[in-house]
Amino acid sequence: MAHIELRGITKKFGATTALRKLDLQIGDGEFFVLLGQTGAGKTTTLRLIAGLEKPTEGQIFIDGVDVGTWGPAERDVALVLQQYSLYPRYTVRENLEFPLKAKIRRVEPDEMRDRVARAAKILRIEHLLDRKTERLSGGEMQRVSIGRAIVRKPRVFLMDEPLSALDAKLREALRTELKNLQMTLGATFLFVTHDQIEAMSMADKIGVLDRGRLVQTGTPNEIYNNPRNTFVARSVGSPPINLFEGRLQGGRAVIKPGTFELPLNGQAVPDEGRPIIFGVRPEDVSVEPGAAVEATVHDVENHGVEKILTLNAAQTIFRATVPATLKVEVDETVRCAWNPQKVILFDGSSGLSLRHAG
Amino acid sequence: MTTAALDRLDPQARAAARGWSDIKIRNMFIIPTILFLIVFNIFPLLYSLGYSFTDFRASVNAPASFIGLENYRRLLSDPNIWRNFTVTAKYVIVSVGGQMIVGFGVALLLNRAFPFKGFVTTLLLLPMMMSMAVVGLFWKLLYDPSWGIINYALGLGRFDWLSNPDMALYAVAITDIWMWSPFVMLLSLAGLSAVPKHLYEAAAIDRASSWYTFTRITLPLVSPLLLIALIFRTMEAFKSFDLPFIMSGQPTTEVIAIRLYKMAFQEWQTGLSCALAYIMLIVVIAITNVYIKYLNRVKER
Repeated sequence: MAHIELRGITKKFGATTALRKLDLQIGDGEFFVLLGQTGAGKTTTLRLIAGLEKPTEGQIFIDGVDVGTWGPAERDVALVLQQYSLYPRYTVRENLEFPLKAKIRRVEPDEMRDRVARAAKILRIEHLLDRKTERLSGGEMQRVSIGRAIVRKPRVFLMDEPLSALDAKLREALRTELKNLQMTLGATFLFVTHDQIEAMSMADKIGVLDRGRLVQTGTPNEIYNNPRNTFVARSVGSPPINLFEGRLQGGRAVIKPGTFELPLNGQAVPDEGRPIIFGVRPEDVSVEPGAAVEATVHDVENHGVEKILTLNAAQTIFRATVPATLKVEVDETVRCAWNPQKVILFDGSSGLSLRHAG
Repeated sequence: MTTAALDRLDPQARAAARGWSDIKIRNMFIIPTILFLIVFNIFPLLYSLGYSFTDFRASVNAPASFIGLENYRRLLSDPNIWRNFTVTAKYVIVSVGGQMIVGFGVALLLNRAFPFKGFVTTLLLLPMMMSMAVVGLFWKLLYDPSWGIINYALGLGRFDWLSNPDMALYAVAITDIWMWSPFVMLLSLAGLSAVPKHLYEAAAIDRASSWYTFTRITLPLVSPLLLIALIFRTMEAFKSFDLPFIMSGQPTTEVIAIRLYKMAFQEWQTGLSCALAYIMLIVVIAITNVYIKYLNRVKER
């Protein structure tokens, strides 16, 4: 278990800059998820902490000690990669024993057997122990590679999109397993993913990376309800947040091209007439008779417990999540409104949330 | 679109319209090759098998008479032939062993990024591309006891390499190692670069020592290619003729191929030499079979 801190990390690969002045703190025993798209620098951050890459600038601290000159072995981290990295031609048991056989560890054979058995039990791969790794399915392989990480009791678990190569059902199951595992072990986890559902469902804290910059860190709740800018707002939530471009006029939101207005009661209103992006999550859009705006139903997706409507109000397309009991047909005209308390105001040019800027 | 128009777009249909069916095209490629193989490989092979049961001599204008297995009996009970086989075995073990160690070692050194890597690799491959005869003649000069550069560089004075009966075979083997290590190196490099990098990273994080990583990850993954190099080099070394023939006339370097050459083209014992050639063939097949069995086992794992 350990506390990790990155200070002013910049990493360049030739002419491209993967990370810019990154500052990051991961608390002891925290499940930290780095969320970002491909090429945002998630994997680079992980590899820097693991010691597989050296930063161009900046320092890395594990438990307050600068580990800049340490190799991967000395840092005592465990790394689970997307591509499993099982040692070929060995059985599952041999793979799990591999990290314990290193000379510096000197694990007694009895204890080795014990630890392998415990890891296998946690991950439910006991029946696979004597199988060759080539004969395993994707999910089993990934569980073995997680097992190889946990037999060691490392200070930090680093996971690089470990679930992304798996099918949806298994991903869901392993997600729960991983979260449980982290809680049982009480270990520090750094989990990297592009999947916002993984981030939201597992994280104690999320860090959102955008092209090498850490835009915001916070609990899933903070990230979801109080995003720092439109980028963060868009990276979590499914269906994604609705972003309307418009202006403020007399305490009301006027949505471009200027054909519909909505109230904003309760929100501190900045200067009049300034271009604003209004963000509202689909679940905060309501469809009911007598509401303020008229819209036509463009599309209906039935998800069982809820329906996702794509609405068109005066050439502005947006989404609303409504109870499945609501009866709507495509092309029907409905009336809708938003929850004014939940509307997030972003600056029209910088995209920064006015709450954060103020 | 009509079917006729579709037919015009389909290359197979177009070829068929011109009378070029798949079978015709296949035959056009295969039949010349098969004819060539029959005339130059299979026919001589069977013909020499026939000769190996006769006392035929190509230098004497007399009909061959059938003597059954007499040639084989004579060869296998001849201590001189066994001596030739022993010399050959020694040569194969020393030169192939050396090539495997040097070739794989150099490949390990080359398997990383450094400036002018491509250029260095190409330079190292050059020996393999030279003519055996030229290599033999040059190394004869290098080994020369009075003015060869090897004695000069090693400070060995007037050390005898090729005219020393105990040393000559090893001297020739060293030349063979120099020439063919690049071949092993090339195959090893192919194998090494196919080892996924993330396995090494995982091993580094698992705190495996470099020796452990080498024996547990590198070697098992490269071994199939190493075995293929071993098969090729063993076959070649077993039938090697040029280097020992050019570099040394010692009886201690008379490998089996030289004996065969003398038997066939100096003593003109055509029937007997055919029998010896067949014995060599059987030995080579036996050795490679052992390797291939092992290779399949390695691959299965």
